[in-house]
Amino acid sequence: MKIVVCIKQVPDTTEIKINPATGTLIRDGVPSIMNPDDKGGLEVALQLKDKFGAHVTVITMGPPQAEAILREAMAMGADRAILLTDRKFAGADTLATSNALAGALRNIEHDLIITGRQAIDGDTAQVGPQIAEHLHTPMISYVAGVDFDGKNLLTVKKEDEDGYQMLEVHTPAVLTVLASAFTPRYMTVKGIIEAYDQREIEIWTAEKIDVDEAKLGLNGSPTRVKRSFTKPQKVAGEVFDVTPEEAVDLIVSKLKEKFII
Amino acid sequence: MDKSSYKNIFVFVEQRDGVIQPVGLELLGKAHELAQILGEKVVAIFLGHNIKNQCQTLIEYGADEVIVSDCPELKDYLTEQYSQAISQIVAKYLPSIILFGATTIGRDLGPTLSARLATGLTADCTKLEISEEKELMMTRPAFGGNLMATIMCTERRPQMSTVRPGVMQKMTRDASRKGEVVEFAPVFDASKFAVKLVKKVKADKGKMDITEAKVLVSGGRGVGCKEGFEKLGALAQTLNGQVSSSRAMVDAGVMPHDVQVGQTGKTVRPNLYMAIGISGAIQHLAGMEESDLIIAINRDKDAPIFGVADLGVVGDFNKIVPLLNERLQKEISEK
Repeated sequence: MKIVVCIKQVPDTTEIKINPATGTLIRDGVPSIMNPDDKGGLEVALQLKDKFGAHVTVITMGPPQAEAILREAMAMGADRAILLTDRKFAGADTLATSNALAGALRNIEHDLIITGRQAIDGDTAQVGPQIAEHLHTPMISYVAGVDFDGKNLLTVKKEDEDGYQMLEVHTPAVLTVLASAFTPRYMTVKGIIEAYDQREIEIWTAEKIDVDEAKLGLNGSPTRVKRSFTKPQKVAGEVFDVTPEEAVDLIVSKLKEKFII
Repeated sequence: MDKSSYKNIFVFVEQRDGVIQPVGLELLGKAHELAQILGEKVVAIFLGHNIKNQCQTLIEYGADEVIVSDCPELKDYLTEQYSQAISQIVAKYLPSIILFGATTIGRDLGPTLSARLATGLTADCTKLEISEEKELMMTRPAFGGNLMATIMCTERRPQMSTVRPGVMQKMTRDASRKGEVVEFAPVFDASKFAVKLVKKVKADKGKMDITEAKVLVSGGRGVGCKEGFEKLGALAQTLNGQVSSSRAMVDAGVMPHDVQVGQTGKTVRPNLYMAIGISGAIQHLAGMEESDLIIAINRDKDAPIFGVADLGVVGDFNKIVPLLNERLQKEISEK
């Protein structure tokens, strides 16, 4: 089985802080990481490889420094790594991003495409389903479990608000995976040495994919960010450092004042 | 693209097991407000099986028209079946705007349709407005809730967005509202129905969805363990509310994901939100700061949660919560 995992390099948003004086984001010193849901997706692919001997390709679209997460993926066990990078991709919204990735995926043999459910910088959850649609391939999102019959049938657990569903689909298929369901393995020492010293990363530019340039980058993006801003801070109420008894008095009178009790 | 031929605000109203989901009604309420500015109609898209009799409910919550497709293929949500039905409805009726709930259904259907229709989709909006040029302005959080962005889709139609449950307000139900119901029979290409639903399993919750609770007693790292959450549970019961949690306690396996409040969990706006042992990471604040009344209890006087709290108490919840529960039980029984 040939599996392609789409991964993205993202700023670790849990490390981003706001400068209280200017109200702007402090991005300096924020580490770049492999997006957690994507890492869960890579783990799914590597588990299938462990059991069935799959060949795993990782691909990312991004600037040259996104190479770091491809090396990390190889050190975890991926067999092939592709960096899709070109200034023509810059400014892409989710639709333009999915057009570029789908173009690349058409040129990579695959039985299964795995993406993370969503990336922590944008939280849109759009690119996986959009890729599937461009490739006319069936897709299951919010995947929390994957079984394979060793031939061509996948039995997939999909989480929803009420519980979960069990779904069946034949390959080729696209799955978007939840990080919470798959704990990623660590890189091995041998894997790290190989990934950083001996393995090549393939660089693909826009020429390598067969997609109309009007569908790529800023020009191919139907949505535009008109304005961005940090949220106005709410005016804080009073904070009391008092005994538990006094604290209870304060809370009870507040609840009465607001007619909660 | 001739934008002028696209008109009206369509709302995809999801049902699960034949039950209309609250987010659909919330979106009808918002659409009603936007449609008045545009001078256009609100049209509900309602897909399912044996659901036709519920169309009047959608009208009473703000729809001027309901396009209903009632057939066995649409009984349960499946990406391809629903995408075929809605793309045919879009091709026939040319909506200017389509709104979806940002649920596991809307966040699966929305992107599939955006690629099929080659138009833009803005995810997880928390605010929708109409610009002077009569375009839809969609505001959403990004970077883990650190940044808000206003996004527009001015060159393509329809303009599409998913909206988080609990963010918009339902209209008060008006039984006297009248509207039109149109039945639409999709022409399915069943050869593309590649995903088969084998079974649906409901997690045994025995409790209300936290987005619908009027009172939430929420715990974080400072609560620490199951025993701590039992104290919160007792207080929640007294206040007729639910227990919710910060991400830390969900990641630690102490609380289930479906009660997680925050950017990667649920957005809540209860009448009362009690934040107990929650430091108030920005991701958490993004999910609860619209609550009417926020009361925080935390040992650390510098915890960011105090920055959004209406009332903050520095102290040990182990002492305060049981005492508070006792007092409240007394207050309530004396009423």
